[in-house]
Amino acid sequence: MLVGILFWLLAVVAVLAGAAVFIVDSMARATYALALSFVAVGLHVLLLQQNYVGLVVILMMVMEMAIMAVYMVMFMGMNPALMPMDMVHGRAAALVASIGTFGLLAAGILLVEWPARRGSPAGDLTRALGEELMGPKMLVMAVVSPVMVATIVAGVVLAAHRTRYDRMGDDLTGPPSDPQPGGVGR
Amino acid sequence: MSDSSVVTVGAGWALVGLVLLGLLVLLAAVVDGLVGARASGASALGGAMRPLDEGARLLRQRRRTTVAADSLLWRLGGGGLLVTAALMIAVVPLGDWTILDLDVGIVWFNAMDVLVWALLWLTGWGANSAHGLIGGYRFLALALGYELPLMFALVAPAIAAESLNVGTVAAAQDGVWFVVWMPIAFVVYLMGVAAFSVWGPFAPALGSDIAGGVAAELSSVDRLVFEGGRYALLAAGAAFAVPMFLGGGSGPLLPGWLWVVVKAATVLLVLVWGRRRLPAARPDVFVEVGWLVLLPAVLVQDLLVAVVAVWGS
Repeated sequence: MLVGILFWLLAVVAVLAGAAVFIVDSMARATYALALSFVAVGLHVLLLQQNYVGLVVILMMVMEMAIMAVYMVMFMGMNPALMPMDMVHGRAAALVASIGTFGLLAAGILLVEWPARRGSPAGDLTRALGEELMGPKMLVMAVVSPVMVATIVAGVVLAAHRTRYDRMGDDLTGPPSDPQPGGVGR
Repeated sequence: MSDSSVVTVGAGWALVGLVLLGLLVLLAAVVDGLVGARASGASALGGAMRPLDEGARLLRQRRRTTVAADSLLWRLGGGGLLVTAALMIAVVPLGDWTILDLDVGIVWFNAMDVLVWALLWLTGWGANSAHGLIGGYRFLALALGYELPLMFALVAPAIAAESLNVGTVAAAQDGVWFVVWMPIAFVVYLMGVAAFSVWGPFAPALGSDIAGGVAAELSSVDRLVFEGGRYALLAAGAAFAVPMFLGGGSGPLLPGWLWVVVKAATVLLVLVWGRRRLPAARPDVFVEVGWLVLLPAVLVQDLLVAVVAVWGS
């Protein structure tokens, strides 16, 4: 009963906060409305007794939104993002796409024949979920993660304005000259 | 929710937890006042009374308003720190009792300390003041440096106890406290506590060079709640160190719950004492320290702990 009430309450918060992203006129409010929406979803996952997954959703999303607020204020093109702004671009197309998607998904929920539960939930749900998702594909996952990290590093290296030759001279032997020296004195 | 050794008490006992947190905050504020008075040559009694004087002064102060402030986000940010600290101590077992016996209590604590990222930035943003916003950016830049070492410091006790449940981690230290054989993780953890409390060397976000930074426009009860929140985060971090590294409620003569309070108060006093002893960690400089020194150090610590854990099992 209490869990049911909480579930619906959080669902309303998640949807309303998600809608608020496109209604409020401030970059900070939009960002943290999205964060609130994600926190509500994370609490939903907690209600599903996926404690680890739920808390990690909250942790990652709050962290990401904190960083995203900084980037948004820095890089938003049409204004300095410190002024009142609007998150909606291409209003008509966006409305058609979002209402269409919502209608499709809602129709799916209502029309699809939901299967009855077979068997009972596993004892440790998080572990069961992890094994179901990853179990036979662990090798792929183990290969993909270093490739992804290498991609990120390579991307940053390619995008960086200054290379190691700019830092340490043509023969890479000079002392590094950085506009902003770091804390370990390299 | 889990099969740990601690007993979950009723929600009403949360009040006792809050009272204990309040007492720790008061202790930290009084001792900080004393240390400050000693450093500046003022009278000791005046120093000890300073938190009360300051509280009374702020409660009577007229609230400052700024042009086009985002009051909602501003108040949420400043007031949220106290709430975050209260949620942190919910998973700290007081001897044999805990309010929330979560199977992933360590992740809970971690999620709460990440909330501070958002709250500090919002406090800086809300006042619509350039100094506040610069302070908020400074905190996030510093957070990039301290957060990962802090996360991996929390991993060490979890590996050793083979559990993310705080009560189980405390119970796993009946032989030898984790602080003895994971000192690097402990020191990095304390650094993280000081950092998410915007404390001592990690307070450039409140620097006087930017007119108080995040707190530049805070006044009256808002400022009192913000400062109280910082002390509460410090106290909650100190309390969480007890089950993580200091053996929880174990100790001779005294009952377990009292040992937890005594150990938490001791850690807290160390943090208060360290406030004026260490140089400021400039965010731009500290990021490199965090990633090139602290993170590898704490990863090596985790590796050692993992090897010991595998060996022992």
